[in-house]
Amino acid sequence: MSGGVIEIIQAKVKDKDKDKDKDNDGEQEVPVVVGRAVYEHPLVVRLCHWINAVALFVMVGSGLQIFRAFPSFGAKIPQKDLLHWPKAFAIGGWLGGALQWHLTFMWIYTATGVFYLGYQLFSGNYRQVLFTHRDVPGVWPMVKHYFFFGPKPSAREAYNPLQKHAYTSAIILGVLSVLTGCAVWKPVQFSWLAWMMGGFHYARIWHFAVMWAILLFVLGHLVMVILHGWNNFVSMLTGWKKDPEY
Amino acid sequence: MKIRDRKLDEKKFRQVGRRELLKLTPVLALGAFAIPSLQESLLKKGLGFSDWASARLFRSGHLAATFDNADLTPFAKFPINGYDVDDPGVIFENWTLTVSGAVQKPGEYTLAQVQALPRFRQNTRHICVEGWDVIGRFGGARLSDFLQLIGADPTARFITVNCADDYYESLDMATALHPQTLLCYEMYERPLTREHGAPLRLQTPTKIGYKQAKYLTNLKVTHVLDKVGYWEDQGYSWFYGL
Repeated sequence: MSGGVIEIIQAKVKDKDKDKDKDNDGEQEVPVVVGRAVYEHPLVVRLCHWINAVALFVMVGSGLQIFRAFPSFGAKIPQKDLLHWPKAFAIGGWLGGALQWHLTFMWIYTATGVFYLGYQLFSGNYRQVLFTHRDVPGVWPMVKHYFFFGPKPSAREAYNPLQKHAYTSAIILGVLSVLTGCAVWKPVQFSWLAWMMGGFHYARIWHFAVMWAILLFVLGHLVMVILHGWNNFVSMLTGWKKDPEY
Repeated sequence: MKIRDRKLDEKKFRQVGRRELLKLTPVLALGAFAIPSLQESLLKKGLGFSDWASARLFRSGHLAATFDNADLTPFAKFPINGYDVDDPGVIFENWTLTVSGAVQKPGEYTLAQVQALPRFRQNTRHICVEGWDVIGRFGGARLSDFLQLIGADPTARFITVNCADDYYESLDMATALHPQTLLCYEMYERPLTREHGAPLRLQTPTKIGYKQAKYLTNLKVTHVLDKVGYWEDQGYSWFYGL
């Protein structure tokens, strides 16, 4: 159930001594509200989130191993390496192995993305994450709060304007990672994609740049998850957020 | 779980949470990739699926981009990539291409016979699986013309080639018949050098570099793929169409 709000109650424990003092034989147990919970993340969103987390990990790890085969964006002769990525932080062991991981998980990564986008659009749940013009006025107060110790703006929905901005950007980056990947994988069949990116050579650069942008998001995301505590983290597992700020 | 009333006991709330958490178990299926005994076959299946999709994405009439002479990578900066030696020492005077398999006219074919076919020159991008790319000028006969010359069975599905350095490769018929797939005998309008695969190599701008075998010695037209390719046998993609 999406958009559900519940009150968590605790049945009042009968205290015999107190009951004796008070003359309330006929009184029923009065439930005490001990908290609230909101259903923030539908099952499809949670499933896609965690599958994507695994798939992204494999795509980045194997992608970096592929990059190790030619760690440059210039000419082959003479070859000027951009950076030497350590093998320990890569997946696949060698170029062929990494390509197997990359070409396998790209289907999982893309299918999850398409399923997620389709669900968000058709269920209307996209309103939760989509950054629109209505969120613009809320950006500056949030920036002031996060970076300049400003007062915390009151929350009215699951995501604040900056969160929406971050998630909307991440989704766009996800789409771009697939499109730039298509141009690198099939520069002839998807020649129009490769052309839009300036040809195969530049598509490879874009693909690499998009990966770093996604990693930047992931870094920020993990920091915020740690800062926002346990209840927030659990909500991405169970869907329910206990004691939300709104 | 339907929550009818908007109030839930703490215990029940924890139950709801556990139940929702259990619904995420399908994610654990990805853990199969971490099991050593399953990993190899799963990745092979993934690669096979990619090859299957690649074959479907391939369009026979769609040409790879061609470039102006001004865009060419200088010949000296065109990398020489071999799996073994740069020059397997082909004796040109004795060289023939041995044709076998599902063809009407099997036997030995000379370079002159290949060069007698219409010559095509194209400036196309050569992409290595490692990630680098160059633009070269290639010249040769269309493989499709040669297949006609040898009377290849039009229902055959594959072309396999062997090379003087023991390298071997194979092509799907759709790619073999593509108008830009050449039996290449010249680069930059000069005879192919030994390092680049003299006297004859494959040049297919719709395929990754390692599919474009050099120093050809044998060509077989076949219905069943018995020999796939040197790098494919090490774990690379077979189709690898661009």
